[in-house]
Amino acid sequence: MSAAVPLPGAVSRHSQAWAVLRATGPAGITSAVIIAAATFLAIFGPLLAPYPPNLPNLSLAWVGPTGGHLLGYDFEGRDVLSRLLAGAQTAVLGPLAVVIVSMTAGTLLAVIAAWRRGASDAVISSGLDILFAFPGILLAVLAAAVFGAGLLAAAIALSIAYLPYVARVLRGAALKERSQPYVAALEVQGASARSICLRHLIPNIAPLVVAQATILFGYAMVDLAAVSFLGLGVQPPTANWGVMISENQTGILQGYPLPALAAGVCIVVVVIAVNVLGERLFEQAQADRR
Amino acid sequence: MLVASLLVASFLIFAALYLAPGNPAASLSGGRPLPPGSIRILDARYHLNEPFLAQYWYWLDNVLHGNLGISIVLRENVSTLIASRIWTTAGLVLYASLVIVVLGVGLGVVSGLRPGRLDTTTLVVTAVSAAVPAFIAAIVLILLFAVKLRWFPALGGGTDFLSNVRHFTLPAVALAAASLAIVARVTRAAVREEGDREHVQAAVSRGIPARYVIRRHILRNAAIPITTISGITIASLIAVAAVVEVAFGLNGLGAYLVQSAENKDLAVVQGISLVLVTAFVVVNLLVDVLYAVLDPRVTLGSRAQ
Repeated sequence: MSAAVPLPGAVSRHSQAWAVLRATGPAGITSAVIIAAATFLAIFGPLLAPYPPNLPNLSLAWVGPTGGHLLGYDFEGRDVLSRLLAGAQTAVLGPLAVVIVSMTAGTLLAVIAAWRRGASDAVISSGLDILFAFPGILLAVLAAAVFGAGLLAAAIALSIAYLPYVARVLRGAALKERSQPYVAALEVQGASARSICLRHLIPNIAPLVVAQATILFGYAMVDLAAVSFLGLGVQPPTANWGVMISENQTGILQGYPLPALAAGVCIVVVVIAVNVLGERLFEQAQADRR
Repeated sequence: MLVASLLVASFLIFAALYLAPGNPAASLSGGRPLPPGSIRILDARYHLNEPFLAQYWYWLDNVLHGNLGISIVLRENVSTLIASRIWTTAGLVLYASLVIVVLGVGLGVVSGLRPGRLDTTTLVVTAVSAAVPAFIAAIVLILLFAVKLRWFPALGGGTDFLSNVRHFTLPAVALAAASLAIVARVTRAAVREEGDREHVQAAVSRGIPARYVIRRHILRNAAIPITTISGITIASLIAVAAVVEVAFGLNGLGAYLVQSAENKDLAVVQGISLVLVTAFVVVNLLVDVLYAVLDPRVTLGSRAQ
């Protein structure tokens, strides 16, 4: 990484990103396509839904797949495919928000700790150690008890709960970067700490940040769906993959497993894609750093 | 360090629920309007008019004496309510940990030692299973083993030891599934890495029996990363158990925590959070102790890395 820093403008960011992605191999590219599709559905899914996702019709409850209704009806007689499409919004954009908040705050804390060292580092590190005692789901349940159930409280709680995991890895990387000769050279030239961090240090640990963000997205998706499954996240009748599993769980026992399973498959497919891509990106980032 | 982080965690739990909107006297009365005299009695008994730090001090003092307050929904001691449910959660987590250690580490060691078809299969299966959240594993297991094959009951707990084992098998597997896959993958990688080392190859070429090489050179060295990942994943089960308890209708701490959060039964939420955070911190401490046992280079108080 240090020896072959490309000159600014020599390679466009666009083709750089493509080169990184191509290096992850066919599995990585397939995963990226699945993630792109999920993101597309998260934005346009509600518009693509062929039937109103929240309109119950109890006479059609648990009816199986028929023409025009590929996945049949759920426990209230709503079209399962439409609910899956509409549910992509909260299921994908929720974790995305968690990742953005957690990664931004985590990167800032890690860089500040690594740059200032001493007292700032001690305060930040021990603060994160204490947060480490709160598992994500527990913090989300606590947030629901204090602020009431809802996606916002759960998302904020998870963003905080992931901070120690994010910051610990990035702090190590930032500390290593801090001791590189180029940082000392820039300091001697009189560059400000802010400009060194923003223009050199953070871009140099960016591959690790991207890899971590990808892996974190999988955790956030699972935990947010779990909180919605528990009834403390997205509130019915709003469609959401986690909510769909909990509201259709009785169907498993009564012989109508399709609505719950369909939502489960959506979650698992996206999480596998995210894990595979994240793992490849992480290996690349680690290999670059050595 | 353990005491300090528990103290801060207890403060955070108390502070968070202290800030929760709502009037404590009103929730104690169940929302009924109270005569001023009763309010004064409640204020005095629960120290409601005293400053925040003093209230925290009274609460902490009570907690250390085993008094976690009274549930406003069930009107019983929170410690009694927790005690009657703690073994469900502890049993579930222990059973799942056993599954993770036996199957996860076992599978990882075997596929790490023998490259081939079993190894490839393990890699693919664990990649999928690592991405299956506990509540999805739960509905799939219920569908396959309770509804279709009828081997295990779908919901609820048992009455004696044997029926408990039967009732807790599916929940424990659902809870263990994702962690088991992660532990198997890390174990496999660690065993593979140690097996490729020069001193292991030298030992093999000198004709030392395979089982000695595996036990003394490969497993002894691979034990550190295996312990790390097992410890981390088992500690994380403590919180995820809530999801599994809800999915299987088990009356454990996690399911009760979720129910109390919905009902705003704050004393119960405080009590259970405190128990779960303590368990989480203690398990992490035990893993640190285990490092020192496994690796003589590690002294207690410094993290193995």
